[in-house]
Amino acid sequence: MSQTTQQEPEVTLELAEEHGLTEQEYEWIKQYLGRNPNFTELGVYSVMWSEHCSYKNSFLEIRKLPNEGPQLLVGAGEENAGLVDLGDGLACAFKVESHNHPSAIEPYEGAATGVGGIHRDIFTMGARPLACLNSLRFGDLENDRVRFLLDGVVRGISDYGNSFGVPTIGGEIYFDDSYEGNPLVNAMSVGVVETNYIAKAIAEGPGNPVLVVGSSTGRDGIHGATFASEEISEESEEKRPSVQVGDPFTEKLLLEATLETIKSGAAVGVQDMGAAGLSSSSSEMSSKGGCGMEINLDKVPMREEGMSAYEMLLSESQERMLIVAKKGREQEIIDIYEKWDVNATVVGKVIEGEDLIFWKDGEIKARIPAKTLADDAPRYERETERPGYLDEVQSFDLNTVSHPEDAGEVLERLLQSPDISSKRWVYEQYDTMVRTNTVEGPGKADAGVIRLKGTEKGLSMKTDCNGRYVYLDPREGGKMAVAEAARNVVCTGAKPVAITNCLNFGNPYKPEVYWVFKEALKGMGDSCKALDTPVTGGNVSFYNENPEAAVYPTPVIGMLGILENVDEHHTNAKFEGEDEVIYYVGGKRDGLGGSEYLKVIHDEVKGELPSLDLELETQLQESVLEAIQAGLVSAAHDISDGGLVTALAEMCIFSETGAEVEVRKLGPTAFDVLFSEAPSGILLTANSENAGSLEKIFEQADVPVYKIGRTGGEELIVGDLISSDVKKLGELYENALPKAMEHPEKGHMM
Amino acid sequence: MSTTFGIIVFPGSNCDHDAFYALDEVMGMETKFIWHKDTDLSGIDVIVIPGGFSYGDYLRSGAIARFSPIMNEVEKAANEGVPIIGICNGFQILLEANLLPGAMMHNQQLRFVCKNVFIRCETTDSIFTRGLNKDQVLDIPVSHGEGNYFISEDGLKELQDHDQIAFRYCDEHGELTPEANFNGSVDHIAGILNRKGNILGLMPHPERAVEPLLGSSDGRIFFESLLNRVVGA
Repeated sequence: MSQTTQQEPEVTLELAEEHGLTEQEYEWIKQYLGRNPNFTELGVYSVMWSEHCSYKNSFLEIRKLPNEGPQLLVGAGEENAGLVDLGDGLACAFKVESHNHPSAIEPYEGAATGVGGIHRDIFTMGARPLACLNSLRFGDLENDRVRFLLDGVVRGISDYGNSFGVPTIGGEIYFDDSYEGNPLVNAMSVGVVETNYIAKAIAEGPGNPVLVVGSSTGRDGIHGATFASEEISEESEEKRPSVQVGDPFTEKLLLEATLETIKSGAAVGVQDMGAAGLSSSSSEMSSKGGCGMEINLDKVPMREEGMSAYEMLLSESQERMLIVAKKGREQEIIDIYEKWDVNATVVGKVIEGEDLIFWKDGEIKARIPAKTLADDAPRYERETERPGYLDEVQSFDLNTVSHPEDAGEVLERLLQSPDISSKRWVYEQYDTMVRTNTVEGPGKADAGVIRLKGTEKGLSMKTDCNGRYVYLDPREGGKMAVAEAARNVVCTGAKPVAITNCLNFGNPYKPEVYWVFKEALKGMGDSCKALDTPVTGGNVSFYNENPEAAVYPTPVIGMLGILENVDEHHTNAKFEGEDEVIYYVGGKRDGLGGSEYLKVIHDEVKGELPSLDLELETQLQESVLEAIQAGLVSAAHDISDGGLVTALAEMCIFSETGAEVEVRKLGPTAFDVLFSEAPSGILLTANSENAGSLEKIFEQADVPVYKIGRTGGEELIVGDLISSDVKKLGELYENALPKAMEHPEKGHMM
Repeated sequence: MSTTFGIIVFPGSNCDHDAFYALDEVMGMETKFIWHKDTDLSGIDVIVIPGGFSYGDYLRSGAIARFSPIMNEVEKAANEGVPIIGICNGFQILLEANLLPGAMMHNQQLRFVCKNVFIRCETTDSIFTRGLNKDQVLDIPVSHGEGNYFISEDGLKELQDHDQIAFRYCDEHGELTPEANFNGSVDHIAGILNRKGNILGLMPHPERAVEPLLGSSDGRIFFESLLNRVVGA
């Protein structure tokens, strides 16, 4: 191969700024190195100090979230994902991460590689991914481009996840104009590892060989992390080459070979080569182990010729990992990967000192102290200012709203709202059952549930966040996101134990955005403390802006819950039959601010949110869990989007059974009772034999409990307010999304 | 005499462990994994080619896997009359290997589909279905993107004449409604047999339906039918 080394550009402040670095940051780099960086080094710093890799504008805030608990085996940010002790010698690794910007430009590959990336974070710790969830946000489905994005994202998730062989068992999708042009694509992976075989992302022991395993390295995804750290604009289309390309087949082989390697004990440490590829994996492992690394880039398997050191260090080619082997056992590792037809190549070794040294063509192309990349990235507290829009939206007088005559018609329209309607069109494209652990897939339960083979336990998991609430009241909205995710998990019979989060916000340099960010985190922290669900880690995604403004602030919560005996007690939202007693448990149904009702019927995203009483919330969740574990509950459903009557209608639809209830006394006005999205409310059903014992649990805990009616018949009858045929409601609920996607313009790209 | 099941593992197989769990843990059968680079099937009484995405389904489902070394042995075993079940991707591999007739196209809606469906037993004249009743309806999951079975008119007539159609997609009452044939397969075909009756290709996944906890245990009925025959034989 002829070496035509291109002349590298001279490094100047201007070039540094083009790389997204500030003048001050450029000065710091010069100080750390004691000299001017060369072009390659500048590239490495620019990705490692990008928002995406360094969390420079969020670190100081996320550190304030509650992150301790007896069940946490590693702290937030210490490893690739949080790790929760499950007992029985098992631990659960779980994390949610965003792939918003790539998906906005190239939805199929953007979503696919988002799924691939989050699974690698889990199996690099030695855990086998057992389930996946997706939290998606799009603009209005009337828009051709939005349908193109939804279709591409769903196909991307489907093709990658199905082939990789991990079931997609839940998640949620919301549609709102604010996400137009900047969809949110967050993926969560949940894996389980035997505690004896937990792998660390560390480099230790000078002389230990360093291996690159997995796919060969190409030019794809160069500067992907930097791309993720700026706003999407007209020019973003030109960044399409920053979007990586996924290969789920290779990832599947990489998974099997990596888990086998970790079990063999021949590896010291393993790290995924995700964002910033070789730069991030080598610096993070070395920094953690307090050592250096020497890597010969000529040995890295390549998929194209003539790549420079700069390109190789910044490549985000997917399905690669960096492994530090125990000296003398590298061949064992190579043999394992060879068995799975995957590359494994020794490219360097761990060295004394703290420098990363990258050789190519017989020259040192970069020499950087690892710590300055991984740990010494700048950390900023940004300016804040309370956004002006809050006063306007919060002062909206709900009394000025004139309610329609026919509540039944409102219900029908809500059931067809794409936020509420059935997502069957989406989830039937996902393999929801592979690995035969899925107890509750998408559809009729408030959270996904898997059983853990070889134990009695189960895991319940849910992603959630109503961005509209956080937009209207960042603090309360943040609180509500955590509380609702926990409530969902409780409604399957699981005890919520910990969360991961994906904080999707706008440009942090806008003081209003940063104020909202801080407030939302405070709210989340309050709920996490009250509900005893610490934060185990996650991801921050800033710069989510459409041409007009930031997207709704959307801190997506990924909640994990544990079922002690999944076979005996797990619940979903489907009635067990006719003549069951229906209960409402929780607080008053009061307040229509921020509701789906206001948005869909009155086209208003306004109003004061109903407040969340964390004491009541905690009592409610504990009591519901106690009732489920005592075997007293036949169905449970959280009340959220669309309010109580929507929740009840969903239960009827899932069961193909009617219900008759009287609910007037639950709130101040009929429309409040029916459509308020006040938190801390759950619908339960019970066999009449169990009714007394069930009521006692709530009475003792001082949680309001109301017997509101019974299941049965073919109609949903709510006092004299609503009387609807369940079959018809079901058709509306099921057909809304397929109809919207079958728009005549379907298939047009733009 | 105990019956030993051998599950063939290709790179990209991802229902191999599900089949193992169903046969070994749930049904209590002796079960072994067989790596695709192996060339020995001795001691295996029933061969299972599991679902998944062998070789990523690149090129065409099953098109690359059929060239794996073990497939020569599978072909020999097929000729010797050893029972072979191909599930989903396994069915696709058997088609590519010409051990079963016909081909798979993309589902008619051009999307992957994963859900529980009903299938109807069409013949009890095979070792796989002898324990079932004709027209018996089973609730079994499907999970595939390329399950739209195609065969020429002559080929179809041959399948019909020789009683080689094992299962058809139907509704819960066993009716062959157009909606029930969700992927557009010729003649609602969900599973077929070879002429000799020792090879079964099946798009649905009975191994996913062997425990009530996971929603359906009708897959058990299928495996029990098979076990009674094979073990009793």
